[in-house]
Amino acid sequence: MRIKVSLAGSVVVFVFLLSSLASVAQESHVGNLAGNATHGKALYQRYCIFCHGRYGDGTGDSAPYLDPKPRDFTKATFKCRSTPSGSLPLDSDLYDTISRGIHASGMPSWKPLTRQERVDLIAYIKSFSPRFQEEKPAAPLPIPPEPSSSPDSVKRGAELFQSMNCWLCHGKEGRGNGPSASSLTDSKGYPITPFDLSGGTRFKCGESDEGLFRDLTTGLDGTPMPSFTDAMKPDQIWDVVHYIHALRTSAKGGPTQAKAEPKAE
Amino acid sequence: MGTATLKKMGTNLVVTVVLLVAIPPAHAIPAFARKYGLPCSACHEAWPMLNNFGQTFKDNGYQLGNDRDAPIYQQPAYWPIMFRVTPTWHRESNNRVALDQVPGNGKSGLMESTVTASGFDVGGIDIVTAGTLSKNLSFFVQPFIGNTNAGLSQAWVRLDNLVGSHWLNLKVGKFELDEPISQERVLTVSNTGFPYYNYFFTPPGDNNFFTGIGNDQLGVEVSGHAENDYTRYSVAVVNNSNGATGLPAGQTYNVYANLNQGFELPGLGLQKVGVYGFFGESPTYFQTSGGNRIPGTGTGNRSFYHAGAYGQWYFGKFDFQTFYIHGYDNVFLGNNVPANQPSKLPVGAVGPSWNGGFVEAHYDYNPRLILISKYELIRMSRQANPGIRANSGNLDTWTLGYRWYPIMNPRAGLAWVQEYSRIVNAGTAPLSGKDDISNSYLMGFDFDF
Repeated sequence: MRIKVSLAGSVVVFVFLLSSLASVAQESHVGNLAGNATHGKALYQRYCIFCHGRYGDGTGDSAPYLDPKPRDFTKATFKCRSTPSGSLPLDSDLYDTISRGIHASGMPSWKPLTRQERVDLIAYIKSFSPRFQEEKPAAPLPIPPEPSSSPDSVKRGAELFQSMNCWLCHGKEGRGNGPSASSLTDSKGYPITPFDLSGGTRFKCGESDEGLFRDLTTGLDGTPMPSFTDAMKPDQIWDVVHYIHALRTSAKGGPTQAKAEPKAE
Repeated sequence: MGTATLKKMGTNLVVTVVLLVAIPPAHAIPAFARKYGLPCSACHEAWPMLNNFGQTFKDNGYQLGNDRDAPIYQQPAYWPIMFRVTPTWHRESNNRVALDQVPGNGKSGLMESTVTASGFDVGGIDIVTAGTLSKNLSFFVQPFIGNTNAGLSQAWVRLDNLVGSHWLNLKVGKFELDEPISQERVLTVSNTGFPYYNYFFTPPGDNNFFTGIGNDQLGVEVSGHAENDYTRYSVAVVNNSNGATGLPAGQTYNVYANLNQGFELPGLGLQKVGVYGFFGESPTYFQTSGGNRIPGTGTGNRSFYHAGAYGQWYFGKFDFQTFYIHGYDNVFLGNNVPANQPSKLPVGAVGPSWNGGFVEAHYDYNPRLILISKYELIRMSRQANPGIRANSGNLDTWTLGYRWYPIMNPRAGLAWVQEYSRIVNAGTAPLSGKDDISNSYLMGFDFDF
């Protein structure tokens, strides 16, 4: 009987160890750096666990007090990506997010960590979801060269802002107060506020025009923000980018490049 | 001791080790953790010692830069204040104290003997309130309440990110100098193990008003840093008062500068090196009234400097802090002679100089347990006059200890501390002139909330 118990115990311990190893066997690659999930786990426990939780499910001790809620890594759904909507992100996308932080959220920039540490963290974060072992990220969506902004481009962007119903969430002046704003929820059912495009602050996934173009083409997975890659041509997306810039300039008191305004509700 | 007892002890030891290993990772520290919901280990290698992320946060004016920094984002009940107390049991021993041969009879003659004291104690309370008054306007106020005294350790405001740049920040008030390795954030707390002695050193017989870079100073500081804090600089212009309020000294100003650079070594991580220097003049005499010194009238200024280099080296879970200092005081300061009375200088008088340094090593078992060891020395390279023993002022000190953080949550942090330290002051025994040795053992709690 004792032998049976010992054998059973050994099997349990072996399976536990095996599963532990499997859970940290993930890798990451950014540039010439390769991430180590075991190192990443130690870093995660030091820096991330209080928000994202021990199991990466976004239920850390601070989560109840944060708005928006911390990302649930077990879903492998990420806002800031270069890949199409629904796809896994590239390791470099996760690296950029960790390095940049996510503006207007509890997620700070972790640039003070070394590059290797950030890549190690990615390896561990990927271990929370089996999707990273079962799927490969799709190819990044291309970003064509940006045409120069012009009053005509801004005007076209304003019209698209209306016809694509952006204003329903972001408001007719881009202030994040559209008629649908109060009813929006993220993929986990938490209330979510549309971004104030006129605020003049940084966008969630980067400050550059290319970053804004990318947001419009990839969408922000896990939020109501869809991908417009099928709904608009690249030139049209650039027009919307230029219009959003005009909204921000106007809100700051600078010259407004566009006169066109979306129609009121 | 029977076999059964040994087995029981062994079992207990195993259980203890397993519990230590199984302890979940560290969580938060009070004032800023409450604000941001980050674990304390995010900013501290082990509190109160900062890691690079925490140093960046501090250098940014207590801002993460994620649009959640201004007080307007906090609940009205949020109060940016932290208390720290350290209730301990400690034992202090000094091997060469001058004692009356007959206790209570001051005329019985003196003898050197060992004095030992032990018991429970509380060192006082630190109160810190700090944070942001608005975007890019930060503050820090730290009164100190001891068992028999009270004072203001620090009080300053800082204009952060001037002209939108990390490279320009302006701090005014009473503040800790941007020390190579912060004295305010040492992990050691015992009587003899707590300070960095090189930060508070003046040579034997010296009367320099300035007693070391470890003292908080009154003045203004311009500083800047890279986005990731790998490159940092600070330049402070401070009163010639050693941090004392009320303008007690002269009317000159002293300058402190610190520059450090971080770099990544493949497989080892971030390393930091830096140089620093404090350059100034200190009064050698004062205007008097009826023979009494008039505060603020110090004159006959003579020069001094403390300068050196340092490094912070990381090797996985090990890290080392290395520090070197060279100090020099003018001959009048070193011999406590007014500059207007040069004839009072002893024959052979010179400006004293010295070298010193320390190595402090840490082993981060996990964010909740850190092992600490420290060795520090000071060596006089030139005494102020031939009448001073060559080794007088020399010092060696060792510290061993650990800090274990069983409780850390968004409201409080509790560290269990054990520490042994020993200091040897060369040639300072009051009667024999032999080495004076003190030992300190401490265990207790370091608690902030």
